[in-house]
Amino acid sequence: MSLLTAYPDLLAAGLALPAVDRPAADFSDTPWWLSLVKALLLFVYVMLSVVVVIWFERRVIGRMQQRPGPNRFGPLGILQTLADGIKLFLKEDVTPKNADKLMFYAAPLLVASLAFVSFAIIPLGGDVRMFGHTTPLQLTDTPVAVLLVLAVAGVGAYGFVLAGWSSGSTYPLLGGLRSTAQVISYEIAMGLSLVAVFLYAGSMSTSQIVARQAEPVSVFGLFEIPMWYVVPLFFSFVVYLITMVGETNRLPFDLAEGEGELGGGFHTEYSSMKFGMFFLGEYINMFTVSALATTLFLGGFHAPWPLTLINDNMLSSGWWGLLWFTLKMWMFIFFYVWLRGSLPRVRYDQFMKLGWKVLIPLSLVWVIAVMLIRAAQEGFFGEGRFVTVATLAVIGVFVVGGIFLWDRYAQRRATERDERLAVPAEVDPLAGGYPVPPLPGQKVVEPRTAVEAAQPVTVSSSTTTPDPEERRG
Amino acid sequence: MADQTDPTADRPQDAPSRREPAAAPARPAEERTGRPEPGFLEQLFAPVAGFGVTFSTMFRKVPTQEYPEVKRPTAARFHGRHQLNRHPDGLEKCVGCELCAWACPADAIYVEGADNTAEARFSPGERYGRVYQINYLRCIFCGLCIEACPTRALTMTNEYELTDPTRSALIYEKHQLLAPMGADQLQPPFPMAEGMEERDYYRGQVTGPTQAQRDHVAARDAADAREEAAR
Repeated sequence: MSLLTAYPDLLAAGLALPAVDRPAADFSDTPWWLSLVKALLLFVYVMLSVVVVIWFERRVIGRMQQRPGPNRFGPLGILQTLADGIKLFLKEDVTPKNADKLMFYAAPLLVASLAFVSFAIIPLGGDVRMFGHTTPLQLTDTPVAVLLVLAVAGVGAYGFVLAGWSSGSTYPLLGGLRSTAQVISYEIAMGLSLVAVFLYAGSMSTSQIVARQAEPVSVFGLFEIPMWYVVPLFFSFVVYLITMVGETNRLPFDLAEGEGELGGGFHTEYSSMKFGMFFLGEYINMFTVSALATTLFLGGFHAPWPLTLINDNMLSSGWWGLLWFTLKMWMFIFFYVWLRGSLPRVRYDQFMKLGWKVLIPLSLVWVIAVMLIRAAQEGFFGEGRFVTVATLAVIGVFVVGGIFLWDRYAQRRATERDERLAVPAEVDPLAGGYPVPPLPGQKVVEPRTAVEAAQPVTVSSSTTTPDPEERRG
Repeated sequence: MADQTDPTADRPQDAPSRREPAAAPARPAEERTGRPEPGFLEQLFAPVAGFGVTFSTMFRKVPTQEYPEVKRPTAARFHGRHQLNRHPDGLEKCVGCELCAWACPADAIYVEGADNTAEARFSPGERYGRVYQINYLRCIFCGLCIEACPTRALTMTNEYELTDPTRSALIYEKHQLLAPMGADQLQPPFPMAEGMEERDYYRGQVTGPTQAQRDHVAARDAADAREEAAR
């Protein structure tokens, strides 16, 4: 792929792609050795980010729980990750007797190495001068770059399921199965949320998507701002935010390694650096999906709006891009940490329900709506100023109708539920064979004793019946 | 009303149905919870209110005590390590009565008393504690020994850093427990202040070492030094 993108004329000659579909990044002045250098720098960037994020996460979570977090090693405890890494290296590496050796060793390698791959297509900045060449701050780009990320995530799921299966033990197996189910079901919703972006950008190349977001859009004819896709595609953005947490096995969706229910999930049997690989992979995946979110929804490496006016958008070009990109990416990382600090783990069935019954259908409807809007904008429904408005109005009618119907359905469900759960006015405390105290406001019905049941009461009721107002409990 | 005790009997028409909800108190939420009714925005953001809690907590003061670096003073009467006190002239207050050892519920104190002699007097009066050990692996810091002590010889300090990698080091001996020597105090053994009896010590008549006591201790130390040099 990098070969193709490195020679745009070859690409243009060989594959008759529409011009807009091609990557916007220009790799013509990038010799192969510079790609290697960039790959190395990218590796360092990602590794450093991981080292910092582990410390960052623990510090922030600490603050959210009103404690300082790790603060012993290095200034503000920033070297804590280093200490943890050394500890992981020095731990005994245990391989269970039941394990399938080859797969047991291959799984963590798969997870950790694949995690790096996706970063290759992320544009970290615009064109920069590097060793006498002008090259984009991006390792490579392809016309289907975003699909590559999804594909790599799909292959990465193999790492988890193989780890679970090859451990030769029950909890890892369950964790591995959960992990696969999770990644597969959430990848559908994630893919659908990305489709909306593709419809707007007209391309799956990351550099092209970023370039399209930088194009200024006039707002009421007053001023022009670059329209980041988070604004027109806010729903997709929300769906992506939810699915990216599901994809990366992070709280509140870390069911695959739920300590409370599965020991450690798929990595229960892993120790030492093999466990470290999973740990590393998980954190890099966090960065990958955050970087993708930045690229697809937050304008990639471009400076935020008021700053774009400075000196003919100087702040979006060259190495400045790296700054904005990093800041935006870390916003998502903070969001991850915030989620972890705020939410408990959901139940597995709730998680699956959310994915299949909520996110996927809603995403489908949303994609259709976006498709119609785009078609109107591109003039497929005929030329005219009000075609787009009319389309929006029709969609709006459908949406309002849908909400109305759904609301009536929900109300009926709620009424049924209330009726089902209504507290009876009276309770026979021994009806089920065990004494049950009455609920607040409930009246106790005295049970018939065996003697009473055998012999009908003949005595005057006023002497045998307790005061009906008297509450027992 | 016999039918009310009999759930199988046919209910009169006006009796409430069993499926009917219990008469819930129809009071506003404000009355029940004591909090004001949530406003529109509060209700709108109620599902994600937890995020606000965690976010605002980030900016609150961290109550953690950075213990080894910053030592917070204990309460004034905190039960810490014991101390064997001295009289103002330096003689020990402990009379070796073992009441502390008897009072101890954890059996942490071991005392061996001995007689004071004319040559070696460690405390005013007849007896002194020759061996005094407190096992801090057993001690529960209840302070019953302090209450039992008839001479106020045993009290507790506020020191709480009592750790050691070995068990034997946590059995504190008499020399570790004795109160540090004051500027004007002398190291026993030496005779009581001249003209004073044991009871005068407890009446507070002795306020410091006399010249005779100082001379005695100086002579004793000089003799010890000579003996040391000779050996």
